Amino acid sequence: MNPFSSGTRLRDMIRSIRACKTAAEERGVVRKECADIRASINENDPHDRHRNLAKLMFIHMLGYPTHFGQMECLKLIASPGFPEKRIGYLGLMLLLDERQEVLMLVTNSLKQDLNHTNQYVVGLALCALGNICSAEMARDLAPEVERLIQFRDPNIRKKAALCSTRIVRKVPDLAENFVNAASSLLKEKHHGVLITGVQLCYELCTINDEALEYFRKKCTEGLIKTLRDITNSAYQPEYDVAGITDPFLHVRLLKLLRVLGHGDADASDLMTDILAQVATKTESNKNAGNAVLYECVETIMAIEDTSSLRVLAINILGRFLSNRDNNIRYVALNMLMKAIAFDDQAVQRHRVTILNCVKDPDASIRKRALDLVSLLVNENNVKQLTEELIDYLEISDEDFKEDLSAKICSIVEKFSPEKIWYIDQMLKVLSEAGKFVKDDVWHALIVVISNASELHGYTVRALYKAVLTFSEQETLVRVAIWCIGEYGDLLVNNVGVLGIEDPITVTESDALDVIEDAITRHNSDMNTRAMALVALLKLSSRFPSISERIKDIIVKQKGSLLLEMQQRAIEFNSIVDRHKNIRSSLVERMPVLDEATFNVRRAGSLPASVSTMSKPSVSIPNGVAAAPLVDLLDLGSDDILAAPSSSGADFLQDLLGVDLGSSPAQSDATQAPKAGTDLLLDILSIGTPSPAQNSTSSIDLLSTTDYNKNPSIALETLSSPAPPHKATTSSAGMFDLLDGLSPSPSPEATNGPVYPPIVAYESISLKIEFSFSKTPGNPQTTNVQATFINLSPNTFTDCIFQAAVPKFLQLHLDPASSNTLPASGNITQNLRVTNSQHGKKSLVMRMRIGYKVNGKDVLEEGQINNFPRGL
Amino acid sequence: MIHFVLLVSRQGKVRLTKWYSPYTQKERSKVIRELSGVILNRGPKLCNFIEWRGYKVVYKRYASLYFCMCIDEADNELEVLEIIHHYVEILDRYFGSVCELDLIFNFHKAYYILDELLIAGELQESSKKTVARIISAQDQLVEAAKEEASSISNIIAQATK
Repeated sequence: MNPFSSGTRLRDMIRSIRACKTAAEERGVVRKECADIRASINENDPHDRHRNLAKLMFIHMLGYPTHFGQMECLKLIASPGFPEKRIGYLGLMLLLDERQEVLMLVTNSLKQDLNHTNQYVVGLALCALGNICSAEMARDLAPEVERLIQFRDPNIRKKAALCSTRIVRKVPDLAENFVNAASSLLKEKHHGVLITGVQLCYELCTINDEALEYFRKKCTEGLIKTLRDITNSAYQPEYDVAGITDPFLHVRLLKLLRVLGHGDADASDLMTDILAQVATKTESNKNAGNAVLYECVETIMAIEDTSSLRVLAINILGRFLSNRDNNIRYVALNMLMKAIAFDDQAVQRHRVTILNCVKDPDASIRKRALDLVSLLVNENNVKQLTEELIDYLEISDEDFKEDLSAKICSIVEKFSPEKIWYIDQMLKVLSEAGKFVKDDVWHALIVVISNASELHGYTVRALYKAVLTFSEQETLVRVAIWCIGEYGDLLVNNVGVLGIEDPITVTESDALDVIEDAITRHNSDMNTRAMALVALLKLSSRFPSISERIKDIIVKQKGSLLLEMQQRAIEFNSIVDRHKNIRSSLVERMPVLDEATFNVRRAGSLPASVSTMSKPSVSIPNGVAAAPLVDLLDLGSDDILAAPSSSGADFLQDLLGVDLGSSPAQSDATQAPKAGTDLLLDILSIGTPSPAQNSTSSIDLLSTTDYNKNPSIALETLSSPAPPHKATTSSAGMFDLLDGLSPSPSPEATNGPVYPPIVAYESISLKIEFSFSKTPGNPQTTNVQATFINLSPNTFTDCIFQAAVPKFLQLHLDPASSNTLPASGNITQNLRVTNSQHGKKSLVMRMRIGYKVNGKDVLEEGQINNFPRGL
Repeated sequence: MIHFVLLVSRQGKVRLTKWYSPYTQKERSKVIRELSGVILNRGPKLCNFIEWRGYKVVYKRYASLYFCMCIDEADNELEVLEIIHHYVEILDRYFGSVCELDLIFNFHKAYYILDELLIAGELQESSKKTVARIISAQDQLVEAAKEEASSISNIIAQATK
């Protein structure tokens, strides 16, 4: 048309782009075209606009930026001719979306076009509005659209109806304006209008309760009649799809009836007959028929109870499930998940078929089936189902194993009838899919193993056997390492053999091979190596005969590139080497891990620990970027706060010594806070073994916030269940070892007011002195350094100092510098007292100290009232 | 509701995209890349549904083209398959046994037809005949405008001679 136009035709551009052999070539062509279009836009020639925009749309589809063409759309829309408007609106819908500011500029043109005399122009405007309008535009243009729902031409009415659905989705407040217009559409005969009208009503019902009530009252019967008419209608070639008259209308009517019937018995009652008719009479050999049946089943399940209909629905699903078409089976599985809520038995009948679907080659079907199976599991069928699933785990695709193993684990954890079965199943899962198993799962397994004392031998042997075959499954290796470390002696000596076991002979060095293999394997991660190192330390005491070899392996880790590993290797080496006398007590078997606490912690800290698991080297308070080993020896290093509190009650129990027996620190701890001061003080005189510490231990134990505040601590306690608790039983040795590490205590002594030291207690043989200091900025808390002085000529061993305080105080005890008090020597211990009534009440404390003199137990008690005022 | 419609060729080339929910340009290309990777690699006998980011994608292959529609989890997948087929039949009627090349060179026509079929991610017409009628009426309007324009330019040309 324009002789000076230099651009190519649209067709030619598409050809030249298609002729490009490489992506670079294509980019070149597109760049050139874009440059031409830009130039042409700048010339502002109205004749080229049409073609430019068409080209831009094609370029846009290829994924190139085309924002410079957005204004052209607006110009085309504003021009008077239909062809320009048509392409302009298409460009608008393609190049822009509702979030672009430019869109606001088009509101005025849209308003004019909605009132245009040409109905096709009105149609274009409605279509654009329905596809991309923003909330603001929806508000501005809602009155126009509402009016157009009553337009004389049905094609405009249906467009206006769908445009209204978008408007009420964007601005739900406008819903009530459309209720009347929508209900008038339901009386239409024109299928297009009817379909869109039903859709609009459905939308209004889901948005607005009043609308729902209105349609339920006024329209239910009419809709049922419409549905009956089209179900029974004679062959209509215009709407027929595979023998069904307008399946689209069917589906929409059923969907609207579903919301009307849901929660309303009367409405549900009205539609029973027609639903039964649709469910029985619809042909099910073609997809269209099945689409209608599927919708019908869904409606039957959602409306109020009509049990005979539900039987019908379940039967249809049963038929679907045995269908050979994958699509039909998929939707059947989908629906059965909803059906399980009201008829478990009926769904259970299809269990075998559903299980087979788990093994389907189709990932979508597998996923649905797996979800369904996990809903089907109950106490009666858990063994059989788990067995099937685990069998399948062996042969399933790699990428399905993660989902599958997670589901199996959750099923096993939830329904396991006995511990040995649980352990067996978990070992199988770990063996097959250990690398996909989440950390909390194997942590839970360790807790269970620790609690099943009669199965320790069995478990460690089973793990040993499994790890020989499946040494590449990281989590299996970890659990095995932990168990061998803890129960290595049971493995070697075949302790507690159950009848079902095959006897095996494992030598000490065989067991050690497993650990060595794990620590030297190049792809073992930090956690595994750390656990292996701890296991080695434990084994050095369990297997004295090969301790030289263990030492060699530990020594090799001195060269580790990881600072933590290096450091621990050196420390462990010196424990093995120089501290034989304390080693056995140092690496004693772990106390039983508390299941309840673990579960609470698992539930509470799951998100936190998940987030840290991906990044195991988060920095922890003392600045060392390493995970599990830190706790083990952290007590003497700079962070007295973090380490003891993270180990909680077990730690304190250990602190108190082995000879106290198994005082149930947990239960005491939970009672302690409830009981008042008197009770606390009474406890001491009754003479129960270890309650004095409970005021502190309970705080540690119960304050899960500790873990939340610092997820890395939670992580460490979880991932290294073994180490921390043992560390202090032999504090003497440990402190020698760590002297270099620990900064001098009470650095705060120079600050704040100075309080005179007191003699807290004195007897013929023992004197206890307290000196005080305050942390600046925290007047409530007093740091107390207790010095125990032996006045007798005998050595006191196994010294344990205990203290109790009234409720308004909180007490925290750090480990003593030693538990042996040589003749005329002294030991120190730090206490931290927090006074919640600071300034009103002064400190008071009851204390007790127990020790052994020449093998005889001595117990001394006293009350300390002479604290300086103002603490 | 249908969140977007996507036509992808066997080779992974995009032939048509229509977005009914807001996606930024970046998200769009990411979605296309992700989905065409999944869909093109699925075996022939598997079901036509993919669970994807909390949505479902229903796809069907016609010759060298994959027609995909992304819907909500609660929507009727089987019906969406029918909608896809409905669209294909209308294209087929309009172009006279449609092929990929028709859709490449006349992509705007494919969009016009889709706009007569879906608005706001919902179906607006179940009759193929009605859609065909409305499209041809609009095509005639365009033709008439073109003729008028060329006759006017003829008159101008003659007058300026």
